[in-house]
Amino acid sequence: MGILVDKNSRVIIQGFTGSEGTFHSQQMIDYGTNIVGGVTPGKGGQMHLDKPVYNTVEEAVTTTGADTSVIFVPPAFAADAIMEAAAAGIRIIVCITEGIPTSDMVKVIAFLSDKKSRLIGPNCPGIITPGEAKVGIMPGDIHQKGCIGIVSRSGTLTYEAVDQVTKTGLGQSTCVGIGGDPIIGMSMLDIIILLMNDKQTRGIVMIGEIGGSMETEAARWIKENGTKPVVGFVAGRTAPKGRRMGHAGAIIGGKDDTAAAKMEIMSGCGIHVVESPAEIGARMASLVR
Amino acid sequence: MNIHEYQGKSILRKSGVAIPYGLVAESAEEACKAAFEIKEKTGTNTWAVKAQIHAGGRGKGGGVKIAGTPEEVKKYAGEILGMQLITHQTGPEGKKVHKVLIEQGIYYEGASSIKEFYMSVLLNRATSRNIIMYSTEGGMDIETVAEKTPQLIFREEIDPKVGIQSYQTRKIAFNLGLSGNAFKEMVRFVKALCMAYETSDATLFEINPVIKTSDDLIMAADAKVRLDDNALFRHPEYLELRDLTEENPAETEASKHNLNFIKLDGNVGCMVNGAGLAMATMDIIKLSGGDPANFLDVGGTANAQTVEAGFRIILQDPNVKAILINIFGGIVRCDRVAQGVVDAYRSVGNTGIPVIVRLQGTNAEEARQLIDHSGLKVHGAISLQEAADLVKEVV
Repeated sequence: MGILVDKNSRVIIQGFTGSEGTFHSQQMIDYGTNIVGGVTPGKGGQMHLDKPVYNTVEEAVTTTGADTSVIFVPPAFAADAIMEAAAAGIRIIVCITEGIPTSDMVKVIAFLSDKKSRLIGPNCPGIITPGEAKVGIMPGDIHQKGCIGIVSRSGTLTYEAVDQVTKTGLGQSTCVGIGGDPIIGMSMLDIIILLMNDKQTRGIVMIGEIGGSMETEAARWIKENGTKPVVGFVAGRTAPKGRRMGHAGAIIGGKDDTAAAKMEIMSGCGIHVVESPAEIGARMASLVR
Repeated sequence: MNIHEYQGKSILRKSGVAIPYGLVAESAEEACKAAFEIKEKTGTNTWAVKAQIHAGGRGKGGGVKIAGTPEEVKKYAGEILGMQLITHQTGPEGKKVHKVLIEQGIYYEGASSIKEFYMSVLLNRATSRNIIMYSTEGGMDIETVAEKTPQLIFREEIDPKVGIQSYQTRKIAFNLGLSGNAFKEMVRFVKALCMAYETSDATLFEINPVIKTSDDLIMAADAKVRLDDNALFRHPEYLELRDLTEENPAETEASKHNLNFIKLDGNVGCMVNGAGLAMATMDIIKLSGGDPANFLDVGGTANAQTVEAGFRIILQDPNVKAILINIFGGIVRCDRVAQGVVDAYRSVGNTGIPVIVRLQGTNAEEARQLIDHSGLKVHGAISLQEAADLVKEVV
């Protein structure tokens, strides 16, 4: 079980032959992910890492039956790569690329509105269902197949939580790094709904950050619909207030986007909020055992 | 990237937004000369003298003055230039003013009454769309308006598939109570403002106030503009708009090494890979009884060089009593990072400042051995709790 990706996922890599794409594709192949090929425009017909290279995502999908794509394309071309994947009918699009212009992402989200694709990221570590598929750049060996679902806006802080959960012996069902950009595809709530409905998952760790309202949106849903224990942490209680100019952002963002405000709302919604990120694993273990 | 009012207005003008005629000056003499030139061009008898810093609330802090003669322009410019301007957005230390913008006065008397509105274009993260936020209550603190009279703040969402539509610009002009020529001018203004926002890849254009003059012109009297750093590759001409005097020197130095650094006031420095983990590490320092001296994200590919650069930047701060390095190795090999820390410590020389190094991930145990046997005042840790306890001990 687990969510979004498993051993049956047929994965292609966009930006396959670049240095990042090559390195992480090899890591994914070594982990056992079912990589069926890759896309690099102009290099179609070649073989790379013993897998076929295609010129377009459409060709890769038609030939290999790919349903999942991981994007390592540079920021200037990444929005185009996401839309190409969606147009070709890819079901799960994971965009690793950091630094995509915000205006490009506004267009991408509008483009995806009538497509069946789900986007994870951009600027994220990706998804892993331990023992089945690693679809991203996280270190595979810290994960262990198990019963805790993890969703996080951060990269290395997610690894921290994973590591703690592994050391408790609980392991993970699926871990999703949804990305830290202002505009991303699937939200924290989207992932939490999937994890609540996943049979393998017995507990959920949610890791947020200052800014935005994604954590409070998820917390309110959990209060009404939650069926499994949720441990929460929000990074940035000591972070300085953003040096913003003007006032519009404060009005749009609202007052609940500080770490302290989010943690309070999450606690109020029945989430087990830990003060220190070093307590994530132990708290989860106390709830699930 | 934040830019100055005069730079933002130049982007506005290129997109067809009406702005007052103005010139930038760096000395009182230049300001006086500018006043005469503006009079010649526009016939104005009043001038605005405006401090150019990256912060709002300049008027209340004494950074904006209205002058009635070129001599007064000279006097005010002399007072404002070089002053340490303190506003609610600068922090208590304020910001030094290096430039003033001299503009034609637009509050002249005429056939109809002058009105001030508020208008901004920005990203609404909740919907992943840009919106226009506007209000009849211009020229004042819009956050107060939002709090006390939220019904006076209107929002208009822009559909990214088609852009701003005419019915929307008409609705805005009607909601602002305009008619006749002022109505037509406002419709044009909103379209041009959206154009400026989109073509410059901005994430904020805030105009407060938007002025309806006594002869029914609509003008941007101010401009707070934030450009998207991620889109600067499309606008090489904007790179020169960056004002290094607005930035902390240590932060500028850090950005040269591709380090994301923010200076804070605490006593425990930290160096971390990843922004989320960096914030979490700062939180741990606080929980352990210390105060974070900085935020420093060395990025995904921490290596010996970036570690050394970060180390030197943190050590420039005399308040730092201890340093916590927290690297979750993942694919990076921890023993290599550890070697970088040891080398950096040796090359910086004996600072006497205790360093706690927490390395987790591939080869973490080897890394710890390397650090513990280095003979330096460096403490190795593997778990986050261990690191927190060491910070507590040192503080």
